[in-house]
Amino acid sequence: MTTTAALNAGERTARKDDPGAAPRKRRSGRLRRIGLPYLLLFPAILLELLVHLVPMVIGIVVSFKELTQFYIRDWDTAPWAGLDNYKLSVDFDAPVGEALLNSFFTTCLFTVLSVGLCWLLGVAAAIFMQESFRGRGFLRTVFLVPYALPVYAAVITWSFMFQRDNGLVNHVLHDQLGLTDSAPFWLIGDNSFIALLVVSVWKGWPFAFLIIMAGLQNIPKDIYEAAALDGAGVWQQIRRITLPALRPVNQVLVLVLFLWTFNDFNTPFVLFGKAAPEAADLISIHIYQSSFQTWNFGTGSAMSVLLLLFLLVVTGAYLWFTSRGRKVTDV
Amino acid sequence: MAAPRSFLWSRRVFLTLLTVFVLLPVYVMVSSSLKPLEDVSGKFEWIPSGLTVRPYFDIWETVPLADYFMNSLIVAGAATVCSVTIAVFAAYAVSRYSFRGKRLFTVTVLSTQMFPGILFLLPLFLIYVNIGNATGIALFGSRGGLILTYLTFSLPFSIWMLIGYFDSVPRDLDEAAKVDGCGPIGALFRVIVPAAIPGIVAVAVYAFMTAWGEVLFASVMTNDTTRTLAVGLQGYSTQNDVYWNQVMAASLVVSLPVVAGFLLLQRYLVTGLTAGAVK
Repeated sequence: MTTTAALNAGERTARKDDPGAAPRKRRSGRLRRIGLPYLLLFPAILLELLVHLVPMVIGIVVSFKELTQFYIRDWDTAPWAGLDNYKLSVDFDAPVGEALLNSFFTTCLFTVLSVGLCWLLGVAAAIFMQESFRGRGFLRTVFLVPYALPVYAAVITWSFMFQRDNGLVNHVLHDQLGLTDSAPFWLIGDNSFIALLVVSVWKGWPFAFLIIMAGLQNIPKDIYEAAALDGAGVWQQIRRITLPALRPVNQVLVLVLFLWTFNDFNTPFVLFGKAAPEAADLISIHIYQSSFQTWNFGTGSAMSVLLLLFLLVVTGAYLWFTSRGRKVTDV
Repeated sequence: MAAPRSFLWSRRVFLTLLTVFVLLPVYVMVSSSLKPLEDVSGKFEWIPSGLTVRPYFDIWETVPLADYFMNSLIVAGAATVCSVTIAVFAAYAVSRYSFRGKRLFTVTVLSTQMFPGILFLLPLFLIYVNIGNATGIALFGSRGGLILTYLTFSLPFSIWMLIGYFDSVPRDLDEAAKVDGCGPIGALFRVIVPAAIPGIVAVAVYAFMTAWGEVLFASVMTNDTTRTLAVGLQGYSTQNDVYWNQVMAASLVVSLPVVAGFLLLQRYLVTGLTAGAVK
């Protein structure tokens, strides 16, 4: 600390190429080293404040206000609502709270199924493609296509495939295979949940595939060779070596998939439009509707804050459990 | 290792089914974009009976697709350039220096990635409307406003990935640069950035892709003149009819740039994406 205190403005501007200033040069370098990281971070911190912190603070403030369409032009003048927005959101006997709770359960079920299926497909594909065979590189590229396509282009195509009268799905199920008596609706009613799930898995599994493939590369080959010498078959090697070795990768992967799927807005929005069918009413869409369709921003903000709290708690618990588990197995 | 037949057959069946599942929408997109409207409005046909390339000309007339394309290009391009530039400096600081608050910074950056977009949408909407009222600067509905909102997800992501890339550049290189008389900024631009170019390109492509495909902010924060492709593509459905052949043709056209970019750079992208997660 004394060295930095001793520095003055003159030393700070000491010329680098001044041969007589060797000791001072070192000191001014130290000051620059201390200030430099903050200087480098300054634009990032400024923008982070601007796009994250300020909006978050405003979001929390608004959640305690009675902000309807009359106050949008000047939200600061909206009357305080205290905890009313929160009470309304969690009053599960009243329509608003009940709808939010239903949407929450729908999202939970949807997330569990989607993440599970994405993970399963990703793991299976990555393990099957661990060893090289003819066409592996080509398949790898093909499998990344859903990941690369813009969401709206891909999901619009799916919505075309799910059309009742001119879609591919009903053509195959009803006309060609005769599995259904009449052509069912896919984008309204209870089937919409299945449609949403299919699209979500189609879009999401390549990410799991990518991450698992990278994880597989870190498993040393000689473990497999040793196991083969000991007489372990392929299936046994997968169960005893591959899957346990993937554990740390899986822990991160599942968390990321969970957060993405739980917060997904794009897929249901493009598939169903502004008002999702009740069976596929995911929480993001629900909050969007509560805010922008009924113009009740206060309640919408309260719901967003509740959603964030839920995600924080789940993520925190997940990280705590997985890191604890890791310590136990590492010993 | 000789794989048993059960493994080989499972692999064959599984990978075939998965390929069909993955490529089905791509086939529908391509084949439907080549059908006349009366065919695409009727029962689905696997093999198009009347092939036509008309939809590819009509898409530009039915909606101002070229304008939407331009808007998307400007917004996604600017968001990418901004976030990557700012992230290069931030990631350099985190990767090469130790300083007070470093952990706080990285944890904050990481945790903002888990926040739902809807959380930022409402406040940003309110901020833009109020800034507009107070100063007359129209952020709401402008491209600039949209670019700023896109930084909410592209910036933390870029910082996070670039830290990983910069960490993988050996420190000896910095030292060598310093011995040769480079200052810290000189070392960044003469040594680290060139060494991490594949990573920077990967981050840029990824940031561009996410901005190009973003729907939520685009649908709330744009107006008639700043509409992006994400919203513009809905213009092919009218009250009476959906021009499905044009929707499919337009989807294909707007997908081509990002899919081509992604597949070309996939090797870098894959290592970049996974470097952070697998570590």
